[in-house]
Amino acid sequence: MKNLIVLVLGIVFGITLTKGEIISWFRIYEMFRFESFHMYGVIGSAVILGVIFLAIAKRTGWKTTEGQPYDLIEYRKGWKRYLFGGAIFGLGWAMTGACPGPLYILVGYGYTMVIMSILGALLGTLVYGVLKKRLPH
Amino acid sequence: MEYILSPWPWYVAGPLITIVMALLLIVGRRFGISSSLQVMCSMAGASKWSDYFKIDWKSKSWLFVFIIGSMIGGYIASNYLMSDTIVSISDNTIKNLESLGMENPGMDLAPDFFTWGSLFTLKGIIIFLLGGFFVGFGVRWANGCTSGHAISGLSNLQLPSLIAVIGFFIGGLIMTWLILPHILTL
Repeated sequence: MKNLIVLVLGIVFGITLTKGEIISWFRIYEMFRFESFHMYGVIGSAVILGVIFLAIAKRTGWKTTEGQPYDLIEYRKGWKRYLFGGAIFGLGWAMTGACPGPLYILVGYGYTMVIMSILGALLGTLVYGVLKKRLPH
Repeated sequence: MEYILSPWPWYVAGPLITIVMALLLIVGRRFGISSSLQVMCSMAGASKWSDYFKIDWKSKSWLFVFIIGSMIGGYIASNYLMSDTIVSISDNTIKNLESLGMENPGMDLAPDFFTWGSLFTLKGIIIFLLGGFFVGFGVRWANGCTSGHAISGLSNLQLPSLIAVIGFFIGGLIMTWLILPHILTL
């Protein structure tokens, strides 16, 4: 049952990112050139509503369907890994026009050659895992 | 139906992303796509090379259900929910891309070099393979991508996520303004 809900949420996510043109290389290029509000509107409205949702959820003590607290992200303090790693990701995001979610969605959409970018991303992940101890975090 | 078939504005797409994140939290899941890369490396036996891949990937199996769903979503949207594939990017972006030699920018969801054939060109190898490599290396170093940091992290007011998003933009701006014009004209 839970997997079915997750599958449906995945489908909604895939349709939303396609219909919202978030998987479009052109929209990412345009965003980094500051020539349209579209992507800022998408991310900005998602974040503002997310902040409001979590503020209400925390205040009223909302729980998961199994009565647990939400599995919220608490990132470790620091800045190096976030800034340096983030910047490397930014280079790739602007090149491929896709962050990890859209990479998968583009393949489903029909741009099957994006599989090569996913393979590239897996190789990048592997190299990161091997170099991890030598990188600043 | 016309509203569904035409492109969705930001004020529809953005809130829907929040709803997906919220419902995932309610069923006990945390919205973050890029950890799937670590899990796939782990499943392929990468723990031979680094402890980073010694993880309990069975607890992450739900994420692949979500990802398969998102691919189905992309398929459904492309086959049944598009009246056309024109992306109405701004005139300035169109002019800029035309000046870099691109024909008909925005007339399809992705540029015309999104083909298997372009993987045999230097431009295609750089954009798809090197670009993908940077995405994978960067998101794992930063410990999150747009869903984990920009959406989940910022929603939970995480300072590291703000730093990461600033990093995303530093890299993206350098690539778009300084490097990509040279790659696109290869």
